[in-house]
Amino acid sequence: MGPALYRPGASPVHRLPPQVKIVCAGVAVLCVVATPRDAFWGFGVHAAALGVVWRAAGIGPGWFARRALIELPFVVLAAVMPFTGGGRRVDVLGLSVSVEGSLAGWNILAKGTLGVLVSLTLAATTHSGDLVRGFHRLRAPKLVTTIASLMLRYAEVIAAEAHRMRVARLCRGHDPRFLWQAGATARGVGMLFLRSYERGERVHRAMLARGWTGTMPEPAREPAGAKAWAAGLSPAVTAAVALGVGLCLR
Amino acid sequence: MTPGEAVGRQGTAPAALRVSGLTFAYPDSRPALRGIDLEIAAGERVAVLGPNGAGKTTLALHLNGVLTPSAGTVEVDGLRLGPRTLREVRRRVGLVFQDPDDQLFMPTVGEDVAFGPANFGVRGGELAERVRAALDAVGMAEHAGRPPSHLSEGQRRRVALATVLACDPLLLVLDEPSANLEPVARRELADVLLGLGRTMLMVTHDLLYALQLCPRSVLVDDGVVVADRPTRDLLADTGLLAGHRLELPWGVQLS
Repeated sequence: MGPALYRPGASPVHRLPPQVKIVCAGVAVLCVVATPRDAFWGFGVHAAALGVVWRAAGIGPGWFARRALIELPFVVLAAVMPFTGGGRRVDVLGLSVSVEGSLAGWNILAKGTLGVLVSLTLAATTHSGDLVRGFHRLRAPKLVTTIASLMLRYAEVIAAEAHRMRVARLCRGHDPRFLWQAGATARGVGMLFLRSYERGERVHRAMLARGWTGTMPEPAREPAGAKAWAAGLSPAVTAAVALGVGLCLR
Repeated sequence: MTPGEAVGRQGTAPAALRVSGLTFAYPDSRPALRGIDLEIAAGERVAVLGPNGAGKTTLALHLNGVLTPSAGTVEVDGLRLGPRTLREVRRRVGLVFQDPDDQLFMPTVGEDVAFGPANFGVRGGELAERVRAALDAVGMAEHAGRPPSHLSEGQRRRVALATVLACDPLLLVLDEPSANLEPVARRELADVLLGLGRTMLMVTHDLLYALQLCPRSVLVDDGVVVADRPTRDLLADTGLLAGHRLELPWGVQLS
């Protein structure tokens, strides 16, 4: 398991209704992706808007930077492109780089980084349970939200079970560093699958016993007020304005 | 047990639970229940004792219609369990499962307690009141907003009980309620159960817990009822217990 994505807090960003944050993050990512790659200042505006959100949430750039490492493979790809790209070439610091390749690399780097950071910001300020509630509020299919909330509930149970099984193997001298010992780990995974399957059956029975007929009861829908929508969407609006100006100036 | 005994206990009102000739085999054709007869009057607390694999949990799953018998009947407060009465029987019989992680599947305690009554059509203010009352009854009212995974085993067990209490059942069926509980949590759960004053059927092989909570006990082994007596009498019969792979903990003796 990597570092926790959610950072508990009581900032204005944390307190926004989840559906508002989901819409804001979705719109912001679309704006980032649609921004022309040579509108460099546009990416600056996006980054600045993100910085303001971090400030309001009380979370520093370091927290996001560590979790953004997931993007590293794309960064490597972007770093190679100036050298492998075709077309007109210019000399930079004695190296011959392709103009087209450089712009393509920058495009991947800027949009990828901003996209990852926007998602991380949403995850850092919204608890996973609230995310599911937010999607429900946005009328995502009920089956999807049900499966997501069950997954969130039982991922922890199954992870704890896997951990206990691993500790029990290690206690009996199992050292999974060697390939020929991978068999025990594989059997452990198989056992975990069986256990999870059986648990699924027991959970289903327990749901039936409480009168479940196939549809989940409707959770309360707390509508977000106009104020929350206005405040919550302001970063997305900023990004959209930057996109609009960028497109007009082409 | 002789049928006369049960009738004498029950009086004129319909029994809270009447099971007759209940027979069931799992798909691998291993017979689990081979003709169970059992009658419980309203207000009684009865323990179902027996060794592992005796069919205790299988019996519990039949009382709620989760499993369907190959022969025999289940009646709850005079209502015969069948496809048409399934829903009503499930409302009347509250089943608390052995592992609270199987029972508690919603993101928060409050939502989980609301799941049952919402299925039975309770809505709005009444639903909120049911949830509050049920959590209050088990002493967990202040934990309504927490995820179940953040609770101790004892707390989870009590929340699992609350999820069933919120449906306001006529009969409470508990499967191994004391399993995996530390002594204090065990005592707290016993206090809650005794304070409820409800008709109760408790499946267990924790003989002292049965003695503490249930005046009457039914010994089940190999899918049939072997004995039906006051709990103290049954537990004092060491020969009977030994014959069915049961024994009191070391150092404990009942006269």
